[in-house]
Amino acid sequence: MKKKRYYLLKYWYLYVPAVIGLLVSEALDMVSPIVTKGIVDDVIRGGRQELLMGLLLALVAVGIGRAVFGYLKEYTFDKTSFGIACEIRKHLFRHIQKLSIGYFDSTNTGEIMARLKDDVDRVQAAFGYIGMLTIQMVAHTIMILYCMFRISWKLSLFPLIALPICGIFAVIMEKKLDKVYDDISEENAEMNTVAEENLAGVRVVKAFAREKFEIKKFLKHNKKYYELNMKQSKVWIKYNPLFQLIGSMLTLLSILWGGLMVIDGELTLGELAAFVEYSANAVWPMEMLGWLSNELAAAFASEKKLKKIFDQKPVITDPENAENADEVSKIRGDVEFKNVSLSLDKKDILKNISFKLPAGKTLGIMGATGSGKTTVANMLMRFYDPDKGSVKLDGKDIRELPLSSVRGSIAGVMQDVFLFSDTIKENIKMGERNIGDTVIEKALESACADEFVDKLESGDNTVIGERGVGLSGGQKQRISMARAIAKNRPILILDDSTSALDMETEKQVQKNLNDLGKITKIIIAHRITSVCKADEIIVLDKGRIIERGTHDELLKKKGYYYKTYELQIGNGPEPVGQFA
Amino acid sequence: MPRNSTKQDEQSVNVSKSRTLYRLFRYLLDYRGRIVIVFLLMGMTTAISIINPLIIERIINVHIADGNIKGVISLSILGVLLNITMIMLIKLRMYIMAIISNEVLVKIRQQLYEHIQTLGFKFFDSRPTGKILSRIMGDVNSLKDVLMNSVTTLIPDAITVIAVVVIMLVKNPKLGAASLWSLPIMMIAIFINEGKAHKCWQLFRKKNSNLNAFIHEDVAGIRVIQSLNAEKETEETFDELVNEHRRSFNKACMFSDFLWPIIDLSWSAGLIAMYYMGMVIVGAGQVPVGTLVAFGSYIGMFWQPIMNLSNYFNQMITNVAGAERVFEILDTKPELSDNDDAIIPEDIKGEVCFEDVSFDYDDDVPVASDIEEDADEGDSDGWSVLRERAASGIENSSETEKNNPHTSVVMAGSETQMCKVLNNVSFKVKPGETVALVGPTGAGKSTIVNLIARFYDVCSGRILIDGNDVRDLNMEFLRSRLGVMTQDNFLFTGTVRENIRYGRLNATDEEIEAAAKAVNAHDFIMKMEKGYDTELKERGAGLSAGQKQLIAFARTFVSDPSILILDEATSSIDTHTEQLVQKGIETLLKGRTSFVIAHRLSTVKNADRIFVVDKGGIVESGSPAELMARKGEYYKLWTAQAAV
Repeated sequence: MKKKRYYLLKYWYLYVPAVIGLLVSEALDMVSPIVTKGIVDDVIRGGRQELLMGLLLALVAVGIGRAVFGYLKEYTFDKTSFGIACEIRKHLFRHIQKLSIGYFDSTNTGEIMARLKDDVDRVQAAFGYIGMLTIQMVAHTIMILYCMFRISWKLSLFPLIALPICGIFAVIMEKKLDKVYDDISEENAEMNTVAEENLAGVRVVKAFAREKFEIKKFLKHNKKYYELNMKQSKVWIKYNPLFQLIGSMLTLLSILWGGLMVIDGELTLGELAAFVEYSANAVWPMEMLGWLSNELAAAFASEKKLKKIFDQKPVITDPENAENADEVSKIRGDVEFKNVSLSLDKKDILKNISFKLPAGKTLGIMGATGSGKTTVANMLMRFYDPDKGSVKLDGKDIRELPLSSVRGSIAGVMQDVFLFSDTIKENIKMGERNIGDTVIEKALESACADEFVDKLESGDNTVIGERGVGLSGGQKQRISMARAIAKNRPILILDDSTSALDMETEKQVQKNLNDLGKITKIIIAHRITSVCKADEIIVLDKGRIIERGTHDELLKKKGYYYKTYELQIGNGPEPVGQFA
Repeated sequence: MPRNSTKQDEQSVNVSKSRTLYRLFRYLLDYRGRIVIVFLLMGMTTAISIINPLIIERIINVHIADGNIKGVISLSILGVLLNITMIMLIKLRMYIMAIISNEVLVKIRQQLYEHIQTLGFKFFDSRPTGKILSRIMGDVNSLKDVLMNSVTTLIPDAITVIAVVVIMLVKNPKLGAASLWSLPIMMIAIFINEGKAHKCWQLFRKKNSNLNAFIHEDVAGIRVIQSLNAEKETEETFDELVNEHRRSFNKACMFSDFLWPIIDLSWSAGLIAMYYMGMVIVGAGQVPVGTLVAFGSYIGMFWQPIMNLSNYFNQMITNVAGAERVFEILDTKPELSDNDDAIIPEDIKGEVCFEDVSFDYDDDVPVASDIEEDADEGDSDGWSVLRERAASGIENSSETEKNNPHTSVVMAGSETQMCKVLNNVSFKVKPGETVALVGPTGAGKSTIVNLIARFYDVCSGRILIDGNDVRDLNMEFLRSRLGVMTQDNFLFTGTVRENIRYGRLNATDEEIEAAAKAVNAHDFIMKMEKGYDTELKERGAGLSAGQKQLIAFARTFVSDPSILILDEATSSIDTHTEQLVQKGIETLLKGRTSFVIAHRLSTVKNADRIFVVDKGGIVESGSPAELMARKGEYYKLWTAQAAV
């Protein structure tokens, strides 16, 4: 994480009015008793009536001053600290978005959410009232110590000793709490994850009537969260009253020692009384010290979590001497895989995959479940870099092209359709904000989605639910396809994206795609009808290409493709009876 | 059903603040006994803190003045002992309060979570997950301080204030009145100010929730974002949401922090008025000097607790917005719930009968005729929906609606009747029969099976299982006897074994493996690093879509259902694996009623009966052979699929 100092330095000027407000209102606090004392001593006791009006006016001025500067202090501290937290949140968000897919594969959504929200909130406290109170505390302590020293340096030794003791306790407590807060932050993330999964998977939960099971699962975390919070409370209860105790002992010791000094004639009674009053005033910063170290412990624990994320480096980055991102307009769409191999988690996913796909041509990919079809698409979009071999766009290794050019030239329709809870129009615009309405309409038409979208209450301004809830599987796929088509990019990837469409619609979509013009297409599918018109079809098995060729060539080979064809179509309408 | 998007503010139901606070503090009633102890402890500590200055006064005024060293020392020791006692008492009080407030928090959160589990799909469909999540986590957490400080601040400070007021008014009514004149003005000012602050905090919590929802969707959909090269854009949206969040916070703080100058000014006003009254109006010499001095200190004693109380009030206003959001969900009635006399039959044989079923997802209010029908049949559901609507829907503040020009508020009523998802569907399926539903996308196939599982209630007509209306069956029982495999094959984090066991919690390891073998998932599971004990990542990341589907299939398989519903269960599985899976299914299907939805007709050709669903109705039904012979819709679908 960028050091806290960095943020403080960057925004130091925002703290100026806040600190001014703080110092002035603190000074006015000290003036106020002097004026009151003047009224009591000079006017009431001394009978000097003529001073009254002036002193009362002074009180008015002090009151207004305190109100104005006090407000300035509170508001600007709140505002500034929240502003800085917002900056951290924005930085963190940018950083997270840049991380590679591998990070998201292994980190739960609920956890990332907790970091971006709750942990940033807790760090915010460090920039806000913690800072404010620290300054206030230090200023206050110095002023009081000064006043005490003026009365008696000997007696001042007590607070001088008490303060470091408080400091030590504060440090010990902070250390202990740090661990607890670390666990609390962790558990908060876990509980968030459990709840998030439950909500996201609500359909499965309901389908199996597993509500009670889910409640129990959550209860476990809820209880653990309670225990950790109690642990925090226990540490807090153990140490916090100590600060108060030290404060009150300080007063008593001053009286005891000071009393003896008065009896010895070293000190006047009035001086002692004043000293005692000051030492009562010194209790406040000591108590505050305990409170501050508690808040700081929470902020530090969260900061560590954030730092961990900031330390994550994206695995996939732009090349160092990246060419201009304008390249994107020049990419024609020649795709080449050259001896590409990839393994993830020590498991071979792809082995020695090679194919050449000239711009405007279509590649079909078939193969068994888990054979690596989607990975081919993922590698073209550079979600993973190959261990061996290279993926080339227009003859250039994609690792040498800016990431934004690579992904900017590809429009992918993912197998796992993800739509955002926004209007259909906004969903289609995603990635290129300046797409016009006519393009959107055309894209919907090409994806055969216009008909059902028009029927919706507000057409393409209809808000769809998260992940497209409320739409049927086929409808979601078609919107997701329209989203890709509207981008008008040179390469289009369709990863099992027509599986939920009926045959007629699929045919229409395919026809429309062909009419789109010279677009390089990669079609991953299980249905023969989806890939049979491709210029080349490759069949994958366990990460290798086992068959390749055109539809007709593959049928002649009588291999995997042929068998699939037989199963799906070959024994056509007639032989239904034999299954019955 | 108006659907809420990430960027829109949620609508809020207007409930009076006092009612919300009353509900919140009612949780404390469960701890009556302990709260009484807290009061006693506070009484003792307050007593000690009153005695403390007396001791100090006595040491200074009597013993030191007299030069009585012994007295100084002995009283000092007494002081030390008293202080230590006080600390012990404070510790005890803090401990009890910590337990109470943390427990209440856990209770509220658990209650909220349990309640959410009872809500139906309409609730989940109409809002982003991140927004529900922000209520369970952030909004509940925001209540902690309010609960923690409730008893400890409120009571002692209120007592002090009342005591000081009484003392002042008794001692010298004129001076007392002068000292207190600003109090009512302050209270009115604070009241107005906090009213504004409350609205701002409500907005703040909504913005907070928007931000949470956006983060959730962004992380969940990161692949799409990265692949579309849309990071810049989401960053901009995020910045915008963060800025809105910040603006709402600043505005709320503007009001909340305004509390301090109000108090400061009133304090000064009281002090000045008191001196002015004492010295000028009443005149010098009329008021004893001592009284004037004493009043000076009373004012200090009076305003300190006022400050604490106002601060607490402020805190309450800040967080009551969170409480409102929590209670709002607790008040949301589940749209589907068991009747009091819900039936739990011994088993389900599997006869499914649709009688004139019509359904629309957006139909919140049954149209008039539907209600009458429902009422005639002695069914209470139609009415309860109406009552709910009357109770909650109308109160929705219209203000937020105006802010959301995009929202399409879908009105239920006569016009939507025309485009209902299902229109008067009737059919009867015998126990053990396998029925395939085919037809174009969006025709209503998934809806039919969703209704069997009672994920939604019909608008009109009824659905009978073994002759019982599904609305009369115990919901948990019904669903536990149904094996529904939806298009959304969600996997949980946890091992493969745990995921399959989700189908039936008491399934043995052998049964789990048998299920996996039956759906042909066993082989690839065994190839995973730890076989069945391999930890799956979120949503099964790292597995192919087909593999996820196979595990989900095993999960359904192991649940041993009476009625099996497969909604595109094999769409992501290649044809060869599907063939093997089919064999497994065949054994599973034996003796069970099943509904199969699929587009690849090869999947459905061995069904007993086929329903061709289109435009919300069944347009054709019969055995595959019959339908082929009829050369109708089904035939057309076949020829379309066969033509390469």
